[in-house]
Amino acid sequence: MKKYITDFTIIGKRILGEQYFTLTLQHPATLPPIAAGQFVEVEVRGCKEVLLRRPISIHDVDTENNTLTLLIQIVGKGTRQLATLQEGDTLNLVYPLGRGFSLDGEKVLLVGGGAGIAPLLHLSKCLNAKGIRPTILLGGRTADLIPVRDEFKSLGTVGIATEDGSLGEKGLVTQHTLFSGDYDHIYTCGPTPMMKAVARHALANGIVCEVSLENLMACGIGACLCCVVDSDAGHKCVCKEGPVFKATELTKWLNN
Amino acid sequence: MLETKIHNLTLKNPVMTASGTFGYGEEFSDFVDLSRLGGIVVKGTTGERRQGNAYPRMAETPAGMLNAVGLQNVGVETFCQDVYPRIKELDTNIIVNVSGSSIEEYSKVASMIDALDRIPAIELNISCPNVKKGGMGFGTRPEMAAQVVGEVRKVYHKTLIVKLTPNVTNVVEIAQAVEDAGADSVSLINTLLGMAIDVERQRPYLSTITGGLSGPCVKPIAVRMVWQVAHAVKIPVIGLGGIVTAADALEFLMAGAKAVEVGTANFLDPAVTMKIVDGLEDYCNRHGIKDINDIIGII
Repeated sequence: MKKYITDFTIIGKRILGEQYFTLTLQHPATLPPIAAGQFVEVEVRGCKEVLLRRPISIHDVDTENNTLTLLIQIVGKGTRQLATLQEGDTLNLVYPLGRGFSLDGEKVLLVGGGAGIAPLLHLSKCLNAKGIRPTILLGGRTADLIPVRDEFKSLGTVGIATEDGSLGEKGLVTQHTLFSGDYDHIYTCGPTPMMKAVARHALANGIVCEVSLENLMACGIGACLCCVVDSDAGHKCVCKEGPVFKATELTKWLNN
Repeated sequence: MLETKIHNLTLKNPVMTASGTFGYGEEFSDFVDLSRLGGIVVKGTTGERRQGNAYPRMAETPAGMLNAVGLQNVGVETFCQDVYPRIKELDTNIIVNVSGSSIEEYSKVASMIDALDRIPAIELNISCPNVKKGGMGFGTRPEMAAQVVGEVRKVYHKTLIVKLTPNVTNVVEIAQAVEDAGADSVSLINTLLGMAIDVERQRPYLSTITGGLSGPCVKPIAVRMVWQVAHAVKIPVIGLGGIVTAADALEFLMAGAKAVEVGTANFLDPAVTMKIVDGLEDYCNRHGIKDINDIIGII
């Protein structure tokens, strides 16, 4: 899949509580194909402490209007600087990067936590386009930490789990009533302990599972070898050989 | 206008890419016209396949980054069999960075690369800290540096570039030692040994605690070392360390480098090398410079 480096214009910004925001970006021409689960490397301008680009997963793609939307969690200097961007500003992206989700499966469950919910929207739409209506399980410690949920309603059966019970069922996503349904394929993205619990459950029950990892990166294109995961076949670049891996490729990581 | 020479190599322009920052070139082919580069130094290659160090291997620091990748690579045999056939037709100088933990390993890799027709040079990386003898890097003591270069010189017959570490008291004496031992060129600087601590978690950022510092923050040190070495040796010097713009590259050229390598900047902008080549052309036009060699070493 060909990669590009392009200036986008910010045409929309939504603040989602204290930690999250979305940026909708207008491509100057026709957007190339973007697979669900792929990401962009965003240039951060105007902060002298930030040198490297920041990897951000692609939340939504609108091929009619040639826009894509990023859902960003403020976690450090880079993302805090990105949060100061406004409509009309320019954002330089290297994209689309990495290996996305397969879109395989008939009875499909998506499990997202926190910022890991981001790629599941584009994934849900891609699955819908294949005629698959997934079950979508979203989790967070509190309701505030589940940045988006309404967007998913028309795309599948949605379940919410919060640890404090402020929204949906109280508890972890893996304790939600929808979690133990009849599925043949699970896609998950979120905090590492959540993904490991989901993947272990899938493997134990003979369900195919794909996990999307989020490691620290420099280049995003497989050159610097900084973002490696200790896969069963040795160190693999999360940016290029991932970020999506089959759980069966990562049994060492799962049991670590 | 931009053509320059490193020993027997003719470079279309002085802009090359630094080992470990540009993969095998293929990773950048969507962003860069590889044939417009003076050369590509492909990732450090060792006698056997290496997994490198544990994650995390990278930390961002002010105007720079630390890395502790630890020579992860496919090993020289896989390089020769699988990688070389894919990249050998590239219309640029493909230089293999040769790394190792012992003189035997360096010699083995160098002699295998010597047999590859389309590889006109190697860059001998003598700043690996994990070596057999005395636990000291080959690149930090003149007699050790001379010994490994001398042994590799016996088995390697094309252009031999030796990459120097800045983690020494006197880089000039190392450069002179490798020149006397038969090196055709030196490149400098490799990364500076550094360290960063996450105070919230009260732990180092890197799995290895210390790592190599690169990026714009190291550039003044690199320019100084290139200037010192260029005045002390007769062989051509290749300058690197924190180059992001054409002006950065020009600093190294004026300090005495016949060519430069761009490293960390490839992570910031995968097309940066093209901008540097364009910027050098533009500079020459603005200053009425007919031959870039006219400004090399003017300081």
